[in-house]
Amino acid sequence: MPTEILMPALSPTMEEGTLAKWLVKEGDTVNSGDIMAEIETDKATMEFEAVDEGTIGKILIEEGTEGVKVNTPIAVLLEEGESADDIGEISAEPPESGDDDGGEEKEDSSAEDGSAPAPSAPAKVAQNIEPDWPEGTEMKKMTVREALNSAMAEEMRNDDTVFIMGEEVAEYQGAYKITQGLLDEFGARRVIDTPITEHGFAGIGVGASWGGLKPIVEFMTWNFAMQAIDQIINSAAKTLYMSGGQMGSPIVFRGPNGAAARVAAQHSQDYAAWYSHVPGLKVIQPYTAADAKGLLKSAIRDPNPVVFLENEILYGKSFEVPVLDDFTIPIGKARVAREGTDVTIVSFGIGMTYAMEAAEKLAEDGIEAEVIDLRSLRPLDYDTVIASVQKTNRCVTVEEGFPVCSIGNHLSAILMQRAFDWLDAPVINCTGKDVPMPYAANLEKLALTSTAEVLDAVKQVTYR
Amino acid sequence: MATRKKSAKPNVSADELKQYYRDMLLIRRFEEKAGQLYGMGLIGGFCHLYIGQEAVVVGLESAAEEGDKRVTTYRDHGHMLACGMDPNGVMAELTGREGGYSKGKGGSMHMFSKEKDFYGGHGIVGANVPLGAGLALADQYKGNDRVTFTYFGDGAANQGQVYETFNMAAVWKLPVVFVIENNQYAMGTSMKRSTSTPDIHTRGEAFGIPGEAVDGMDVLAVRDAGKKAVDHCRAGKGPYILELMTYRYRGHSMSDPAKYRTREEVQKMRDEKDCIEHVRDLLLSGKHATEDDLKAIDKEIKGIVNGAAEFSKESPEPAVDELWTDIVREA
Repeated sequence: MPTEILMPALSPTMEEGTLAKWLVKEGDTVNSGDIMAEIETDKATMEFEAVDEGTIGKILIEEGTEGVKVNTPIAVLLEEGESADDIGEISAEPPESGDDDGGEEKEDSSAEDGSAPAPSAPAKVAQNIEPDWPEGTEMKKMTVREALNSAMAEEMRNDDTVFIMGEEVAEYQGAYKITQGLLDEFGARRVIDTPITEHGFAGIGVGASWGGLKPIVEFMTWNFAMQAIDQIINSAAKTLYMSGGQMGSPIVFRGPNGAAARVAAQHSQDYAAWYSHVPGLKVIQPYTAADAKGLLKSAIRDPNPVVFLENEILYGKSFEVPVLDDFTIPIGKARVAREGTDVTIVSFGIGMTYAMEAAEKLAEDGIEAEVIDLRSLRPLDYDTVIASVQKTNRCVTVEEGFPVCSIGNHLSAILMQRAFDWLDAPVINCTGKDVPMPYAANLEKLALTSTAEVLDAVKQVTYR
Repeated sequence: MATRKKSAKPNVSADELKQYYRDMLLIRRFEEKAGQLYGMGLIGGFCHLYIGQEAVVVGLESAAEEGDKRVTTYRDHGHMLACGMDPNGVMAELTGREGGYSKGKGGSMHMFSKEKDFYGGHGIVGANVPLGAGLALADQYKGNDRVTFTYFGDGAANQGQVYETFNMAAVWKLPVVFVIENNQYAMGTSMKRSTSTPDIHTRGEAFGIPGEAVDGMDVLAVRDAGKKAVDHCRAGKGPYILELMTYRYRGHSMSDPAKYRTREEVQKMRDEKDCIEHVRDLLLSGKHATEDDLKAIDKEIKGIVNGAAEFSKESPEPAVDELWTDIVREA
């Protein structure tokens, strides 16, 4: 049976091309790899090689022909023992579209997959406030630093595959003392000092997670992790999907994030919105010590890559932490930090300090704010936010990150889609300013959001 | 490029030679078929063929043992076939079908097989180098003597993260063989124009990592060098660098017209250095096989490759639900 040689697609976007030149003629013998023709694509002139061996029985498209559609027969190849007489009726016509695999696009256009929310009437969401630990549990004061440290130590005691690596995590006892004592207890095999090479050790961490370990990779600050962001996103976050579910990256990337005090533009960025953008990642930004501990333990156990955003200023802050043997907080569940009826203030991480302070002041003026601490940014607990806004009809978001494409922007869009009829005022986003962080003390203060801004925003949405 | 030693009688059995011939031919015919399917529009996107470089993976795989790992870049079809992955599953991934290794969601550049310890298939140049060192760290942590082959090209050898990894691999004595497949062109940029010193295998010297250049068109030379490197790693002496001097006959990807080199240069390599012809000569001249024996192998390979092509066409496209699966694992 003679073989049809078809006009090839020679680039990802090529639909037709020019058969510029034949380098073989009828009767020529060709071997695999021989160049048969030159074809002009939408990008370049390409050489077209033979795949099978045989004799050119007939040339169907003359050289110089323009606009030859991909998959049009351009020549006929005869195998050993065949002659030109075996060539039947072969027309130099492209195959009709839609016969094999051209028609499948039409079938699946209805968005049953949930990607595009239908503009149907948004539903009322029931408020569901469950306590994170049983009533009457013994509590203990603990700093966020101690909470993070104990979370890692407990998980390392429970599971030999958990280890920590990063700059100054071992002998120096942690640049911010989060890993204090871990080297003494677990040894250099499991508490690994790295050179100052974020890109490289983030990749080594991801590789180790594929090899059956559960790495905790500490970045001295998330600002330095920009050197490693390719490994976090392209290697850790996407591989489960790209492997059709075979691989997974059980790894925690953690460290201080956002502004500290007077460390200026290159050490002060909040990456909450950046990482929350990426499917395949989980993103956590705790405020309290209890959340820091319970969520870090969950993050270490989670089979997915988790970005854990801490805050240097909060490290020394004390909170009540439950005294429980194995205390965890589920990822993806927001916390109602203060109940109220007049306005919903949504925040996370250090933004909660402004939100809580504002709520206390508002109470003096007779405005009862409900404050929601998101804790997890991806997955984000939309229902808790929406249920609250459906009760209060007003919302202000608070974060320290840049304003463009912020977490607050995203929540505003979701509230417009799912709670439009309940809103009595536009949602206001309190954020950091749209400037690199300045060094001067007065300017730095202005660049961050503040309790005063939150109070102003609440007054606007409550029309006071 | 090192010239091939003709004098010494190769230390290899007839069965081994036949196996190398078969394995290299499978890759070559598979890649030719992939090129053809690309031309027919059945394979989309970027498709980087391994034709010409077959001796590299076949030689190194012969030095590997059960449990050893491998990770490579986007020119990965040969590595997958050489480590025993099913040609049907690889081809069906190229056509983006349900029967592919990644259920059609990864494509040519992103394929994995945990079962065969193949950890990708990576599309970001240089990124797989620390990943390979991390796999090696996991083996060292667990206290076994497994080795990770981390493949990358002469182009990737200029990436910063490669040297970050060399440093850590040397400090921690990680059992990793860094395999530099030097095919002389980083896409369209020749070594001469992009690389300050020609001997990439010496770049480990600054880190105390031994390295050597090997004729990557000679499967026996590759095998011997591979064994030496693997022994070094298994003995706990840390990483080893192999620079395999090789050549790709096709363009960087299917859409590369390869105008940066002459047709004569490519033809000369094919005529004088072809890795499959080399083994074919050894088999025939050493009377290890007859023309008919080799024809039978050719026929067997043709059957496998045609079967893979058929499978890849007949396997359905992934179900639409697959869009939303494998994004995160249930905790």
